[in-house]
Amino acid sequence: MTFETLGWQGLVILVIFGLSLLIATYCTYAERVIAAFLQDRVGPDRAGPYGLAQPLADAVKMFTKEEFFPGGASKALFTFGPCLAMTTALMSSAVIPFGNAVQFGSTVVHLQGIEINVGMLYVFGIVSLGVYGVMIGGWASNNKFSLLGAIRAASQNISYELAMGLALIAVLMMSGTLSLREITLQQTHPNGWHLGDIFTWNVFKQPIGFIIFLVCAFAETNRTPFDLPECETELVGGYHTEYSSMKLGLYLFAEYINIIVVTAVMSVLYFGGFNYPFQYEFLDFLTTKTSLSPDWAHNVFVLMGVVAMFSKIFTGIFFFMWVRWTLPRFRYDQLMRLGWTILIPLAIFNILLTGGLITFGVIK
Amino acid sequence: MQSLSNRAKILEKKPMTLAERAYLPAIFQGLSITLRHFFMKKATIRYPEETRPFSPVFRGLHVLKRDEQGRERCTACGLCAVACPAEAITMVAGERKKGEQNLYREEKYAVSYEINMLRCIFCGLCEEACPKAAVYLQADKMAPPRFERDEFIYGKDRLVEPVSPDTRSKRGIQLTPEQADKLRGQLQTA
Repeated sequence: MTFETLGWQGLVILVIFGLSLLIATYCTYAERVIAAFLQDRVGPDRAGPYGLAQPLADAVKMFTKEEFFPGGASKALFTFGPCLAMTTALMSSAVIPFGNAVQFGSTVVHLQGIEINVGMLYVFGIVSLGVYGVMIGGWASNNKFSLLGAIRAASQNISYELAMGLALIAVLMMSGTLSLREITLQQTHPNGWHLGDIFTWNVFKQPIGFIIFLVCAFAETNRTPFDLPECETELVGGYHTEYSSMKLGLYLFAEYINIIVVTAVMSVLYFGGFNYPFQYEFLDFLTTKTSLSPDWAHNVFVLMGVVAMFSKIFTGIFFFMWVRWTLPRFRYDQLMRLGWTILIPLAIFNILLTGGLITFGVIK
Repeated sequence: MQSLSNRAKILEKKPMTLAERAYLPAIFQGLSITLRHFFMKKATIRYPEETRPFSPVFRGLHVLKRDEQGRERCTACGLCAVACPAEAITMVAGERKKGEQNLYREEKYAVSYEINMLRCIFCGLCEEACPKAAVYLQADKMAPPRFERDEFIYGKDRLVEPVSPDTRSKRGIQLTPEQADKLRGQLQTA
């Protein structure tokens, strides 16, 4: 890796970092507006045009609130909890391919933090670390509600990670690789059936797996209907009951970044990542019908892929919020029953089915 | 137990079908309902910019009317204060001096006239009691919120309607166009 490519890669990482923070900021706004719209209200519209400065106002509020340490709490751990939650949330977006590679002469820049051949395992490892942030914060608060919320978060994440992993195995059996970039590239056919180029997406090959993954994604990000770790009616605020000021802000922020990551992973695994319908026709059009140089035709084609990727992510985020304001919360025993007795057997069945279909050559 | 009302229904508790147990159809039904609400017209009224339309019979902030020559109609008889169930109205009566005929319609007038808007229940009984058609509750104005209690005691400075025919309250006896023109002429010469 030359110094120049290293510089480019650093820039890409910075952009991804900034973008995920920006999107998370506006997730707070989007959440409130979507909640309002679904309830026939208008939501925040006072700060700036259409209330677009609302996240700024919220941030000022968060920063100026009193920094509170509960009595008997371990100060170090209490501070470490939200930091860990935030760090792990930000780290997991490193391997997600937001676009194919762009070219400037001989320089090739992958629109991805870092390409490793075990990308999927990396994401899983980091996401599992994320639960420590919640656990440590809940434990350090020296409060029974926080502790209960943390315990719920831990057991919920562990239970649903199993089903999620099993659902993924079926995808990995088909793709034969753990690299997210490879999985994305497999979900298209340069010379295949061009109608929409959509039916090469894994969601059509793995419908059961997708549904399992989706349900688990809700549980992993602690979103309604599985937001038991912070359910207000039972646990005040769950693991962040004792948190105030920006430490609370970090927890809430980490949650939104997790949603972004999980929707990004979902679009890579099941919705073709940066592939979009009629992309090769578009590339054809760019190279033959416009006066762009071959490099730039390719770059425009790739940037459209980035747009496609982000529109998939935004659709996913909207879906998460839409579900949140539609479904009520599960009861804890229902959550566990769904995870262990329905999703895991279903995921195993899906693996068997996929294996069978691969063996008999129906899919590959 | 036998039902006497004939309204009791026998509930059948059937085991759920597979589709019902899978929950997903019900979830999608719910999602479609909320999505429909997403595009519905919003019930919110953005208050300072938009206001809810008042009913034509709304009883809001009081006004002390003037007559067609710009004189105060109130004669300080006290009937409104007697009629008031909340005892919100007080007044001090005075005798009209020579040369004040253009200010007060009757020989007796209210030197001070106060309504406590915190006591007032806006029932409109004062309006009904007034023999001189002097006090009215406006249909398009409300008593605005204030920080201090004493600011809610409205004196004559805030109750008596303006002389100018153009800024007068829309409630109570209205001026005919000729009367309004005449009053405008008087105001210009004065």
